[in-house]
Formats: sequence, C-alpha cells, structure tokens
Amino acid sequence: MNWGGLSEFLAMGGYGLYVWGSYGVTVALLGLEVILLMKRTQQREAKT
Amino acid sequence: MSATIKWFWFASPQSFFPLAGTIARVCWLGAALLAGAGLYVGFFVAPTDAQQGEAYRIIFIHVPAAWMSMFLYLVMASWAAIGLALNTRLSGMMASAIAPTGALFTFIALWTGALWGRPTWGAYWVWDARLTSELVLLFLYLGFMALQAAIDDPRRADRAGALLAIVGVVNVPIIYYSVQWWNTLHQGASVSLTRAPSMASTMLTGMLLMALAFWLYSIAAALTRVRCIILERE
Repeated sequence: MNWGGLSEFLAMGGYGLYVWGSYGVTVALLGLEVILLMKRTQQREAKT
Repeated sequence: MSATIKWFWFASPQSFFPLAGTIARVCWLGAALLAGAGLYVGFFVAPTDAQQGEAYRIIFIHVPAAWMSMFLYLVMASWAAIGLALNTRLSGMMASAIAPTGALFTFIALWTGALWGRPTWGAYWVWDARLTSELVLLFLYLGFMALQAAIDDPRRADRAGALLAIVGVVNVPIIYYSVQWWNTLHQGASVSLTRAPSMASTMLTGMLLMALAFWLYSIAAALTRVRCIILERE
C-alpha cells in the first residue's frame, strides 16, 4: 500500500494535477465514445 | 461442411453482424475488468518511482495508448488494403470503424505525454521527432475521417480513404524508431521483445494489464461501430 490517506492519494506527491489531468481526460474521452456509440446503436436499431 | 467455408461466410456484412455483437459484449466486459485490475496494480501495488516520484503513474495510460494508436493504424490500413485488393464491402467498413478509436488513443497519448512532459522535462510540448511524428499520426487519422466524410458514395469514400491510409503507414515505423534514429528528448523503449524490461515488475504488470484493457476496448468499440455502419449502409 502506497498511501497514508485519501488526501495523500489525491495529492500524488505534488503531481496531482498532472496525474489526475491525464486520467480524468482519458476516462472522460473513453466514456464519451461509449455513450456516443450506445446512442448511435439505439438510433440505428430503432430505424430497422 | 468444411471449416474453410466459414471464413468467407463471415466476410459478408449480414452474417458478420451478430458475431460482431457477441464479440463486442465479451470485450466490453473484459476491458472493464482488466482496466480495474490494471488501475489497482498501477496505484496500489506498483511502488513510487525513485526518480520521478508519483508523476510516473501516467505511464499506465500513456504507453498503452501510444501502442494502440500505432497498432490500430496498422490494422486500419490492413483492412483498407484488403478492401482495395479484394473489393470486399466489410473491409472498408472495418477501416472506417477503427479510425475514430485510433484517433482517440493518439490524442490520449499526446495529452498524457504533455502532462507527463511538464513535470519531468519542464515543457508540455517540444518539437521532438517522437512527438512530432505522433502528431502527424493524429492528422492522418483525422484526414482519413474527413476525406471519407467528404465523399457521398460510401464505396468511393472507402477507396479514397484506403489510399490515404496505406500511404500514411510509412509514418508508423518513423514513430516507433524515432527515438533511435534521432537524438530525441523522448526516452527510448523501456519494454522491447529483445531484452529484459528496464522497470519494476509490478510497474510492468500494471502497464500490460492496461494495454490489454485498451486492446479489448478498441475491439469492442470498433465492432460496435461497424455494426452501426452496416445498418446505415445495407
């Protein structure tokens, strides 16, 4: 285990902005792609 | 019935459609499970890096995303080439289905690289051979998508896109070998097939789990998208 507590985990040894900026944008973009694909699938299947 | 016939049977979009749905569902689930395991190892098992502190933890998405960006381009160009050579409808659809996910991973590799470069190199961006060729890869993906979107007839769009994709393949080895060919700020490969990896084994485990998760994610996303394309075109 690396972390003493939640605040230490979020701080990432002073690199929190960079680490969470990377993970946050990645999760947001992959999530957005999944949502867009689900919407597109629903639209196409509704038409057929 | 011999097994060889099956391959050609699945080359038809109609018979591929249900198979793609089944594979996609399995891959979505696998991607979620492996990403969970990879993030656990990456944040709770892998130790702090002696030189970079916690900033190195960006590696668990940066390297897998960069691998996928190059690999997906090769797969996309291969489908495009098969479509051009054999004139099979599904091949062009597969190439179009892979492009957005490939562009996404290219952007993620650039974005996470910028956020990693700032604390370690002191700059978000430098015009280094590795970074520049990866940026060219993003433009190749976007150019492929824009070209296909600009042509109304899907078969003609497939052929035009295929040509662009095949010409662009030359960029992939440039990205891969850029760190050897030029004196780049970007470091060389920490993981290669020919020698032992130069990192702690738990770090490597986390990275490989994330790479597998991104693989399954890409397969799932591309197959889900190709199902939409089949419904739109057929």
